[in-house]
Amino acid sequence: MNTGIIAVTSEGPGLESMVDARFGRAAGFVVVDLASMAVSYVDNSGSQTMAQGAGIQAAENCARAGAEVVLSGFVGPKAFQALAAGGIRVIQNVEGMTVGQAVDKFQRGELAVADAPNAPAGGNPGGGGKGEPA
Amino acid sequence: MREIVVISGKGGTGKTSITAAFAHLASTQGGAMLCDLDVDAPDLHLLLAPDRREEHEFRSGFEAVINPETCVVCGMCFDLCRFDAVQRPSPEDFLGYGVDPLRCEGCKVCVQFCPAKAIDFNEKHCGQWQASNTRFGPLIHAQLFPGSENSGRLVALLKKEARTRAEAQGLSLILCDGAPGIGCPVISSLSGASQAVLVTEPTPSGRHDLERVAELCRHFRIPASVIINKFDLNLGNTQDIEDYCMEQGHAVLGRLPHDEVVVRAMVQARCVTELPATAFSESLRSIWERIVNLEPTAQARPELIQPTPNA
Amino acid sequence: MIYAIASGKGGTGKTTVTASLAALWDRPVMAVDLDVEEPNLHLFLHPELTGEEPAFMEVPERDPKRCTLCGQCAAFCQYKALSVMGKTLLLFPEMCHGCGGCLLLCPEKALSPGKRELGRIVSGHFRTDHLSSGREEDAGFPDAGFLMGRLRVGEAMSPPLMRQVKARLPQGQSADILIDSPPGVSCPAVNAVMDADVLVLVTEPTPFGLHDFRLAVQAFRSLGKPLGAVINRSDIGGVGIGDASVQDFCRAEGIPVWAQIPYNRAVAEAYSRGEVAASAVPELRAMILALMARMQGAAAASQSASATPGEVQHA
Repeated sequence: MNTGIIAVTSEGPGLESMVDARFGRAAGFVVVDLASMAVSYVDNSGSQTMAQGAGIQAAENCARAGAEVVLSGFVGPKAFQALAAGGIRVIQNVEGMTVGQAVDKFQRGELAVADAPNAPAGGNPGGGGKGEPA
Repeated sequence: MREIVVISGKGGTGKTSITAAFAHLASTQGGAMLCDLDVDAPDLHLLLAPDRREEHEFRSGFEAVINPETCVVCGMCFDLCRFDAVQRPSPEDFLGYGVDPLRCEGCKVCVQFCPAKAIDFNEKHCGQWQASNTRFGPLIHAQLFPGSENSGRLVALLKKEARTRAEAQGLSLILCDGAPGIGCPVISSLSGASQAVLVTEPTPSGRHDLERVAELCRHFRIPASVIINKFDLNLGNTQDIEDYCMEQGHAVLGRLPHDEVVVRAMVQARCVTELPATAFSESLRSIWERIVNLEPTAQARPELIQPTPNA
Repeated sequence: MIYAIASGKGGTGKTTVTASLAALWDRPVMAVDLDVEEPNLHLFLHPELTGEEPAFMEVPERDPKRCTLCGQCAAFCQYKALSVMGKTLLLFPEMCHGCGGCLLLCPEKALSPGKRELGRIVSGHFRTDHLSSGREEDAGFPDAGFLMGRLRVGEAMSPPLMRQVKARLPQGQSADILIDSPPGVSCPAVNAVMDADVLVLVTEPTPFGLHDFRLAVQAFRSLGKPLGAVINRSDIGGVGIGDASVQDFCRAEGIPVWAQIPYNRAVAEAYSRGEVAASAVPELRAMILALMARMQGAAAASQSASATPGEVQHA
């Protein structure tokens, strides 16, 4: 799992930015090419203002960035379906850390790929309980 | 962060009066971020007398506008519109085709297929939202313009503002007056909530709508507990509702009597718990204690939140 | 004639008034529940239900053999109901508003009309309580119709279902139609009342009631229909507790008050038992009959006004 391109939902443009727990309405994505560790940023603010379908739009943005794996907090069912159709693996429940820390965890194999969405349609949980990584 | 959303399905069950009293009680226990998600007919501000600190425009969706200068009156838009939003030119004052903004859904079909490219597609200004201070803490609220749709997104926007600001201000509780009904706005109200408080009354409509919103909570896996307001209006129905809740596994938080103190408080722009104690306000206090002490199930989707074990 | 009974705020007694009017209506009538999110009228009219059918909305279906993944449909869709991801055209039917744009646009004819269930349309008839001859055996028009839309739980859009219910309304003047509208002033509420000839706004003299009533007047006035107010629980909570501001507002705005219904616990109790309040409470009966006469008068006046060109139609 240590090669490929991963996209992490992010509140800001770099590895030191915090992970944005939201997928569809994330501020943006930090895209990391694990082979070269090259970092780029994809703005997702267009999705934030959409009346509906933000998750699908965000999935399209990830696909366009060439991502093979997405790291985020909460991914809804439609976004999950879209990412799956695009052959993009999803790792969720990633929050409360910087993008760089999330990437490290991923590289150490501490994050598991999800097989089901963890948020209801049209939004994400407001916090509270967290799924502790196993 | 804990997020409590008070909903009722049916209007007039006392949802807003109860939410305002909870806001008062919460303000004596560390405070809460308050949020009025009933953006169609918001009433919470009438009891909380907010001091508006910020005001923002809410824009959402688009609407088609036909330019009479370039319209060739071919009628293509009229034929294609599925929402009956395009109106024929009237015979006496011939102004060409027009779009009724109340019926336009912003689908862009007429814009796309107009052979004369005579239709503009403009962003819709649908309402205003505000961040205010109240005597019980910060309040996020809004007002949609009459006839506007898309309130689901405005609800989502208010919730996001409430969460961001609660975090910034160190508040661990968000208390929301939810939207009525079971459609898009209430679905957005419930999205991501830790807990829903359902206010009902012992009438056929109250019961009917309770079942509909309870079903919605189950659909979105939000734990729901129930308050029966005006319980003394019909004791048999009250008992039936409690039995229903038991069967469905919804905690019954308590019964509230039919009491004119609710209206008396409203007319004075106060909360019932700010007036001298009555049976109503005392019951409400113990209901609030019960809500505060409810097992913080918080995460609504335990079976989905568990990550797949690492292979 | 189509009469829509609406209210800015829920819980003002809209359904109580609608059910009472329907029961006492002195002409052939159809009662229609357009509050599709929370239809309640049937709980009081107890109609005999004779039909129930699903209502569908057109959504696209794809033929993967024809689709070339060109993405024109996805780029056009304003609702994100289509998306090209990888080697798939994904459809999200619950996002679709049914505009038909993608079907028109697809160069390969790879999309065809499919459907999504919006809810149910329920029809039947109920027995009115009208005693025109004074003889018990003449009570009720046998053809008092009943029609209701019920939104599927989880369906977010109510206007498409409302449009389909409205499409089933009898045409012509064979029966008057009484519409129980959804509360509020947003898109569904406006959708319910926009085809009515006369609007009745039910409110109550409290700060919440007045605030929401103002919004409703603001929303519905521009429709240019005759409009009157019903002030329910007009003496709410006893003297000195409620306030007169709704009456003052109506006076200032020139809105006729067609009924003032004092608070009566017997009405609330009849409601809690699922009864038509005007049938159970004689005092209310007289007030509802007077309201009916005013509504019919307003309808007749507006009809003759619109028949005389040049005359200004009053709001």
